[in-house]
Amino acid sequence: MSTVAETKIKLTPEHNARPSASVRSRLQDALPKIVLAPSFAATVIFVYGFILWTIYLSFTNSKTFPSYAITGPRAYQRLWRWTFESDPPSSWYTSITNMGIFGFLYIFICLALGLFLAILLDQKIRGEGVLRPIYLYPMALSFIVTGVAWKWFLDPGLGLEQTLHQWGWTSFHFDWIKNKDFVIYTVVIAGVWQASGFIMAMFLAGLRGIDGEIMKAAQIDGATTFQLYRRIVIPLLRPVFLSAFIVLAHLAIKSYDLVVALTSGGPGGSAWLPSNFMYEFTFKRNEMAVGSASAVIMLMTITAIIVPYLYSELRERPR
Amino acid sequence: MLRKLLIGTALASSFVFSAHAEDVKEVQMLHWWTSGGEAAALNVLKEDLSKEGFAWKDVPVAGGGGDAAMTALKAMVAAGNYPTASQMLGYTVLDYAAAGVMGDLTETAKKEGWDKSVPAALQKFSVYDGKWVAAPVNVHSVNWLWINKAVMDKIGGTEPKTFDDFVALLDKAKAGGVIPLALGGQNWQEATMFDSVVLSTGGPEFYKKAFNDLDEESLKSDTMKKSFDNLAKLVTYVDPNFSGRDWNLATAMVIKGDALVQVMGDWAKGEFNAAKKTPGTDFLCYRFPGTDGSVIYNSDMFGMFNVPDDRKAAQVALATATLSKSFQSAFNVVKGSVPARTDVPDTDFDACGKKGIADLKAANEGGTLFGSLAQGYGAPPAVANAYKDVVSKFVHGQIKTSDEAVTELVKAIDDAK
Repeated sequence: MSTVAETKIKLTPEHNARPSASVRSRLQDALPKIVLAPSFAATVIFVYGFILWTIYLSFTNSKTFPSYAITGPRAYQRLWRWTFESDPPSSWYTSITNMGIFGFLYIFICLALGLFLAILLDQKIRGEGVLRPIYLYPMALSFIVTGVAWKWFLDPGLGLEQTLHQWGWTSFHFDWIKNKDFVIYTVVIAGVWQASGFIMAMFLAGLRGIDGEIMKAAQIDGATTFQLYRRIVIPLLRPVFLSAFIVLAHLAIKSYDLVVALTSGGPGGSAWLPSNFMYEFTFKRNEMAVGSASAVIMLMTITAIIVPYLYSELRERPR
Repeated sequence: MLRKLLIGTALASSFVFSAHAEDVKEVQMLHWWTSGGEAAALNVLKEDLSKEGFAWKDVPVAGGGGDAAMTALKAMVAAGNYPTASQMLGYTVLDYAAAGVMGDLTETAKKEGWDKSVPAALQKFSVYDGKWVAAPVNVHSVNWLWINKAVMDKIGGTEPKTFDDFVALLDKAKAGGVIPLALGGQNWQEATMFDSVVLSTGGPEFYKKAFNDLDEESLKSDTMKKSFDNLAKLVTYVDPNFSGRDWNLATAMVIKGDALVQVMGDWAKGEFNAAKKTPGTDFLCYRFPGTDGSVIYNSDMFGMFNVPDDRKAAQVALATATLSKSFQSAFNVVKGSVPARTDVPDTDFDACGKKGIADLKAANEGGTLFGSLAQGYGAPPAVANAYKDVVSKFVHGQIKTSDEAVTELVKAIDDAK
């Protein structure tokens, strides 16, 4: 209490004596807010405002252009019906099952491979400075470049298969990119190739942050290398797992360009992800309401996955 | 706190506004003809206009293709910032006209006699509610075969007149060790080929009823099933690696002689021209077997927007120049298509072009000029894309039988209507 009183006493005479200083100090107080205001407004309007607008549009019957008369949840009813049309698969069914396959494999393999590479690189090997950027560089490429490069590499008439045939291994057969049932796995391959090096770098940073004393103590207690990693290192890397998971999850869900560049949608649209569905329906088919509804469902799915995970992770470690 | 933020925002945003000076003597044009031949063809128009004192300004489109341009156009129109004109396809023109943002060129049309010279089927898309809203630039037709002549001679083939002839020819090619049919396994290419198959299988009346009027009885008829069976037959002649291939790569297979024939619209001729090939000696153009006398078309249009009065003169000049006989001839010779008016002399065109012009005229007079469903001239985009989905899923095996394909087609089109 006494501090507050003191401050007040101290402030008041100054305020009376030098009004100009007060204007300046007020300005100084307000300056960060003024500077922040444009970006704050941009975020409010362009992110949250448009989320609300999209939700609104999904309840209208907007076609080519937005229309503002609410006509009920017809778009959602159609999506719901399409969700269960598996034979022949509706575009929406294909998109969401692909999202499941791609999302799970992409995140899981990236985490596993990233951790594995990081542990190997952490063994104080020679040439780490050279190896690290080699693994990291794919992340510097855009998805379009990755997609086109892998498209050529995986094309049976141009890339791997053709080359091996020329070298004499004529029975070699790898046509996943042309196969409606396997094309989504080629998207996983290209995606993992691009992102695992970055995840490796994150884990490497995490590994370097672990106190060496703990490791030595464990070794003295007779822990094997496997036990060391299983019981000590990996549990200590938990915050890194959280960050890596969030980075990968959002990359997976917003993947659009990779599918387009790598497969142009795949045979019969078999490589679509929900983002492809959303773009296709909103802009190419002039079914803006359905496109908006699919975007809202994507948003809700992300929220449903990320929020509980963040909540459980952040609650356990109060600071 | 909130009020301060708002004031700050207002301050910051006031910098964004700046004055717009309108140039009257300027044509602002949104298009995606940026590659080689197309750009050269468009240059003719630019020069025609500059002779009359109108400057040309391209509206930049990030990313190139038609989809990006349409997205950009949507944004411009939503902001009330109309271009003078935009390259547009089929139902897009009508959508924008229904939204009330298109201009009115009826006076110019009357003066220039467009009503008589432009085929009636095309006017369905360039005239909305009795008003001319777009100037058609060209007519592409879809039901063509493009054949490598050297390969044709080698296997001893002759022009196929019926679908069975065509299958026999493909068999010959297979026996001769070349890929019989060059196809790019993307949904629009498969559907474009299927347009021709349906016209060949069911005849002109059937095509119109099924793919222009969307008559449900026709869509689920046995003729449609037969068409799907015929498509399945054709797909057995493609190479295993066809899925996802771009159309021009498929054309290149025919040009190089790796494949015998491609079923594709006449824009394929542009690829042959670019490779310095001559019709008649290096390659052959036939109508898809069983479709002679009918033309399935699509067309590029310049949609004219409702610009302020001080920009109208430039717009009229653009429209007039676009439909002038000299430009129609010069442009379409390069583009591979045929003029959008039937009274343009065919002297500058090659053999395929001459045939295309004659066919268009005959089809226009005989009432056998139909919009291509695959190219978005048979039905609105939602329906056209639903159709492409079904055809593509049938080609790639998600839909297994023609019975199922017909059921799915009716359902998908119903859904999209």
